[in-house]
Amino acid sequence: MEIIGSQRRPVHIDVVPTLPLYRSAPPLEVRLEDFELYAMDRLRVLKGIADGLSRGKKSEEMKNLADHLWKANMRHPDASEVVNKDIISHFVLRLVYCRTEDLRKWFLSMETNLFRYRLLFKGPETQRALMVEFNLPYRAASNAELESVKEGLKQVAQSFGQPLAADAIFYKVPFEEVPELVAGRRVFIHKGYAYIAMNQVVSLVATQFRSHLSKALILTNRKWTSTIREQEKDRLTPIVEALCSSYLGPDYSQPREFAEISIKDIDQIAKSSFPLCMRHLFEKLREDHHLKHGGRMQLGLFLKGVGLKLEDALAFWKAEFSQRVGSERFDKEYAYSIRHNYGREGKRTDYTPYSCQKIITSAPGVGDHHGCPYRHFSEENLKAALGKMGISNRAVEDVMDKVRNRHYQLACTLTFEAVHGISCDAGINHPNQYFSDSQKVLQSKVHACALCFVPRLQEAYTLKCA
Amino acid sequence: MTKEEIENGTADMEIDQRELMNGDRSELNAVPDGFNANYLKVYYGKLFPHADIFKWMSYGNDGKHPGCDESYFGRREFSFTLDNDIYLRFQSFNSASQLENSIKEKCPFKIDIGPVYSVDPAKRHAYAQSGNNVFTPVEKELVFDIDMTDYDDVRYCCSGADVCLKCWTLMTIAIKVIDPALRDDFGFNHILWVYSGRRGVHCWVCDPKARRLTNEQRSSIAEYFRVYKGNENSQKKVSLTSSALHPFLLRSYKVLEEFFEGNLLSNQSLFSTEERYEKILEMIPDESITSELRGKWQDNKKSSISKENINVDRWKHVKKILKSGKQKAPGLGKCVEEIVFSFSYPRLDMEVSKHMNHLLKAPFCIHPKTGRVCVPIDPNRCEEFDPTAVPTLSKLLEEINMGGLGTDDDEWDRTSLGKSIRFFRSSFLQPLLKSCKEEIENSYNAKLQHSKTSLTW
Repeated sequence: MEIIGSQRRPVHIDVVPTLPLYRSAPPLEVRLEDFELYAMDRLRVLKGIADGLSRGKKSEEMKNLADHLWKANMRHPDASEVVNKDIISHFVLRLVYCRTEDLRKWFLSMETNLFRYRLLFKGPETQRALMVEFNLPYRAASNAELESVKEGLKQVAQSFGQPLAADAIFYKVPFEEVPELVAGRRVFIHKGYAYIAMNQVVSLVATQFRSHLSKALILTNRKWTSTIREQEKDRLTPIVEALCSSYLGPDYSQPREFAEISIKDIDQIAKSSFPLCMRHLFEKLREDHHLKHGGRMQLGLFLKGVGLKLEDALAFWKAEFSQRVGSERFDKEYAYSIRHNYGREGKRTDYTPYSCQKIITSAPGVGDHHGCPYRHFSEENLKAALGKMGISNRAVEDVMDKVRNRHYQLACTLTFEAVHGISCDAGINHPNQYFSDSQKVLQSKVHACALCFVPRLQEAYTLKCA
Repeated sequence: MTKEEIENGTADMEIDQRELMNGDRSELNAVPDGFNANYLKVYYGKLFPHADIFKWMSYGNDGKHPGCDESYFGRREFSFTLDNDIYLRFQSFNSASQLENSIKEKCPFKIDIGPVYSVDPAKRHAYAQSGNNVFTPVEKELVFDIDMTDYDDVRYCCSGADVCLKCWTLMTIAIKVIDPALRDDFGFNHILWVYSGRRGVHCWVCDPKARRLTNEQRSSIAEYFRVYKGNENSQKKVSLTSSALHPFLLRSYKVLEEFFEGNLLSNQSLFSTEERYEKILEMIPDESITSELRGKWQDNKKSSISKENINVDRWKHVKKILKSGKQKAPGLGKCVEEIVFSFSYPRLDMEVSKHMNHLLKAPFCIHPKTGRVCVPIDPNRCEEFDPTAVPTLSKLLEEINMGGLGTDDDEWDRTSLGKSIRFFRSSFLQPLLKSCKEEIENSYNAKLQHSKTSLTW
């Protein structure tokens, strides 16, 4: 891709695929302004998809949402430019999101989802053409083969509530190629082969797309680090770096000073400022003197984000765990992973606290207490937990209404508003955000009290709070 | 001492000798129960099948065929847990004797097997600097870990670390559900089931295809097997759609129903007390049905139904009323199946199966808390397996003491361990090695062909 100043030249693309696969950067010329604008439009689409997923929307809704977002953001007055905008915006965002593992993971996930939803809107001809593009040498299963597995195919079709069409075509594919279909038990597998229906071809193609993009991102990162970033430091680099941070929000890996907490305050602070997910984990820890791995990660990283220093964290966890497993065992089996979370062991990654999206999509199992209570608790248990937080019945009903519509983060936001008595316009996206917003509210109340008590110094305080 | 006494003393000794030779050796050979370094030393010295483990882990790369990868075994990670909980990771060996000597010398309390890496784990630091993930796992068996503590909410005979024949049925069920699926659905052939030594089973799938699976693919297989979701905070833990079940679930249900009705109902007394039957009633999302059943059973307290039949009878009531189709409330369609699944369907540890770099305990290790050997289990006869009859370290040492003289090589064969090692070899190791050799030969020949054809002009 060549970035040019303000001049504009017409571009031609010889072959227009039905859906761009972004295999290689095309020989297009882009205006500097478009470089940023196109990327921001696409980012709105990806962010919208991420948002929809975190609200637990199902496949059909997501498909429509993606279509709507695409139509709203990726238009162009010049019809021939629409495809260019698609391709250019993708490659620009590749630069932006190739730079750390977390960014790559997010981008990979959202782009694959976007690709999949767009593909679902295309017909079987396009899907088949893409299979060829990806060099997937899968052949349609012969009638003889289908005969031998007919019973199983019928049962799978029935599990979707659909009858098996007499002339249905199935592709015989090694099961490793369609992990999503296998995981969801949406295909019949026999002796290592999955029999996929035409409408499941999308999944196959999407998996290929994902794997190509994953490798491409690593290569892009290498190129960025070795040449591009330096070369473009006056032109593209500042744009690329700004694009990223303006949309992902703070990740709470650097705890702010005013939020430092000490162990002696922690019980009080947990009651007043922890979101429900962390409160639950904290209470279970106090009760059982133990948490399983998922819970230790979710709560431990949250506490780190809140400002709990490593030494205090070790003391805190030790005080609890040693009541159950003894302090020696704690030192041997658990201290290491706490230090690991703080980046003092192993490959020294400083792990970031989990966002709501990550927590909502986790899957707590037997004996676990992590996850998002709004999603993972039964209605009864959730109501009881909210009641314990001192929320009125009326507010609990509002929250439950959001939960029933699978708006888990909105439910948490309403909880925040009920507990603190003020509105939270931004909405809760991250447990640490809940905490810091809560602390802000509580401390401004403290300031207000100070104002009352010390009228002489009112001016000074007002200036400070402003 | 008098002359007579001395003579008498000798006579006593003579009698003792004769008694010895006549076979009543129990007191002299008795080895007190336990687990310690001294016992382990003898175990690793005479019983642990070092050579078999080496052959297994080499997967045919023993250097005898030009197509062998001579670096293969050396790139496998082992980890040793020593006395005092000292943990040694990234142990690697270049030959059978290196492996054997290190085990004998270090006498690990536990041996774990990790993945085969891209380079010798001992040299990993040399590659870490480039930061390009050059040190990375490339092969690892697909493994499953099923642990009885994950079933604590559905077993009443034991809890925590305890295990008895009654709840062991749950492990039998797990093998009978997972093993056929691995073979028929996924097409795997080289599968080893192992007793974990205390309260569970491990499964090692060793086909080449399985060893090369990515984390994502492993994850998808684990998810294929997952039915039970949730914990004490959620309400429904098994949720089956109301329409028909996937063929895998249908097939599994046949096994589950057989054991649920024929074994678990009575052995776990699932309906015998109010607390217990309430747990089952909680899974039925229809107030009118649950109150009807509750009413019926509360009356029954006074009748003279024997305790044995009460569980079978009450389950019959539940089935009848749920299948009667009287109330077509949503969520009732598969309620019977959901209950059966909740109590019996295998509960896998997802994390163990999903990651290539997971370390899992090696077969034939000894469990420190029970002293039992981690012996293989024959999936075709898993109903006969009795965890309480598995040989212990002390018992094996006793058997060695009794064995008397004989060649060193076969000492294991004259103990209770012999059966297990022979089974390991005949039903798992030999077929596996045969298949590996074939694969090595075929791929070598294919490479030769390819280079021949690519050279022709």
